[in-house]
Amino acid sequence: MAPTRDVAIVSFAQSDHRRAASDTNEVEMIQPVIHGALDKIGAKIADIGFTCSGSSDYLAGQAFSFVMTLDAVGAFPPIMESHVEMDGAWALYEAWLKIQAGHADTALVYGYSKASPGDLPRVLSRQLDPYYYGPLWPDSVALAGLQARAMLDAGLITEAEMAGIAHRSREAARGNPHAQIKGSAPIDQLLAEDYLSDPLRVHDVPPITDGGAAIVLAAGDRAREWVDRPAWIRGIDHRIDSHNLGARDLTAAPSAKLAGEKAGIGAGAVDVAELHAPFTHQEKILTTALGLGGSTVINPSGGPLAANPVMGAGLIRLGEVANRIMDGEANRGVAHATSGHLLQQNLVAVLEGDA
Amino acid sequence: MPPADTDTDRTVSEMPDGLWSMPQPTVPAPIADVAEPIQRIRVPASMHYRYTPGTAPTRFLLGLAEKKILGERDPVNGDVYVPPRGMSPVVGLPTTEQVELSDHGSLAAFCVVHIGFGVNAPPTPFVSALVLLDGAATSVYGTLLEIPIEEVRIGMRVEAVWVDDAELTTSFENIRYWRPLDEPDVPAATLQGHM
Repeated sequence: MAPTRDVAIVSFAQSDHRRAASDTNEVEMIQPVIHGALDKIGAKIADIGFTCSGSSDYLAGQAFSFVMTLDAVGAFPPIMESHVEMDGAWALYEAWLKIQAGHADTALVYGYSKASPGDLPRVLSRQLDPYYYGPLWPDSVALAGLQARAMLDAGLITEAEMAGIAHRSREAARGNPHAQIKGSAPIDQLLAEDYLSDPLRVHDVPPITDGGAAIVLAAGDRAREWVDRPAWIRGIDHRIDSHNLGARDLTAAPSAKLAGEKAGIGAGAVDVAELHAPFTHQEKILTTALGLGGSTVINPSGGPLAANPVMGAGLIRLGEVANRIMDGEANRGVAHATSGHLLQQNLVAVLEGDA
Repeated sequence: MPPADTDTDRTVSEMPDGLWSMPQPTVPAPIADVAEPIQRIRVPASMHYRYTPGTAPTRFLLGLAEKKILGERDPVNGDVYVPPRGMSPVVGLPTTEQVELSDHGSLAAFCVVHIGFGVNAPPTPFVSALVLLDGAATSVYGTLLEIPIEEVRIGMRVEAVWVDDAELTTSFENIRYWRPLDEPDVPAATLQGHM
């Protein structure tokens, strides 16, 4: 969808991602992140026109968990607020629409989870339909293994390429102070490891992470008041493939391709792309669907293989690209977020700095 | 004897007939004509969580084990929240100062329960209550006993009845119930905004 108002990311903060934030509850975990994003630009909650969050009660293990997390915002006097049971990237999309519609000029967006209280692969299996797949309890890693197998058999990737993606991502994460996994063993050593869910080895799988992220959006002059070089959202779109895994070609992500086209990736060169590919082979599906390659730097933060807070990892992709535009390192970047199993739902945004 | 949830050893609610509208499901004719309709399927599902209370609730729960009720103070407006969540919902900043509260308070709101919804409910009818502890800005939930129902009123003074010291744990269930104190009522207006 082409924007009618210029809207930019002006601030981004994320947690120092951990396997288990077992000392804090969710509101205690996300409060420093929310206020970190506000403080970075000297904003107060009173400066924010709309607040939207992404999280999941299945991960929290309690009902209406997002309401309690709102305590971290300081929602008094009452604020205009919403929530999506999706990654924070979709909360950002809702906020972007709100600004496009003229209902707000600024927005606070955050996404987070503590995956540690539950058994994440089983919790994620609850995204499946309740009649056919759900009762069989396939876990998320086993499903990803099916997808990787389909790609290997189709000759679209090799196990060495997958290990290469893991190695490149986690080596890149050495420069990311927030990453959970920094550095990687050499590729030949990775390939000598046992399988976890054949053909996936441990390095092909994202870490289980507690953490979150927050972003501030602003329109037009408001954005320029807050930062010298806003990361303008030039295009943003999200699309969905079938929920029925048996009805899909698992080796491709048509919804990502379409979202990328609608977001306008092809209109110019892409300096940097942050892709929400939790499993190594999925990065290949996404670079193919989005037509990325050549000089585009992929996942310089390390991506979800370095830290994967569910419900935050997609929003972090937007923030990582925005940071690189705001600090002048990149002019044009692509951020991608996914939700559901095996890249079923895909959101793509194109961010640009002022020329 | 009501049925029990075997996982939690707690009773399960039973709804009297007709309490909520629950009409029989209807099956469209094309399906009913060809087969015995499947009106429901049974898909057992359970997930287990290792839940983390967080730093402020941990302080609160540890206090309960010593028969102390620990609230936490808002860093800006000075209000004391109990039970604490670690955050001021008004300004979005962490609470830091712990405040030990009395186990005496005033009845801020109540209702008379005629249908026990499990969860260790006492025999019906009984009074469920919100109690504003002395010095607190938010009220706590409990059951009010040892008083005829028709005499219960907002503003009446109450106190906590604790389990025996040997049974104290890190649980709010340490307070078995609340009972009247022989003190004059507080004006209801003083409870406004704290229910």
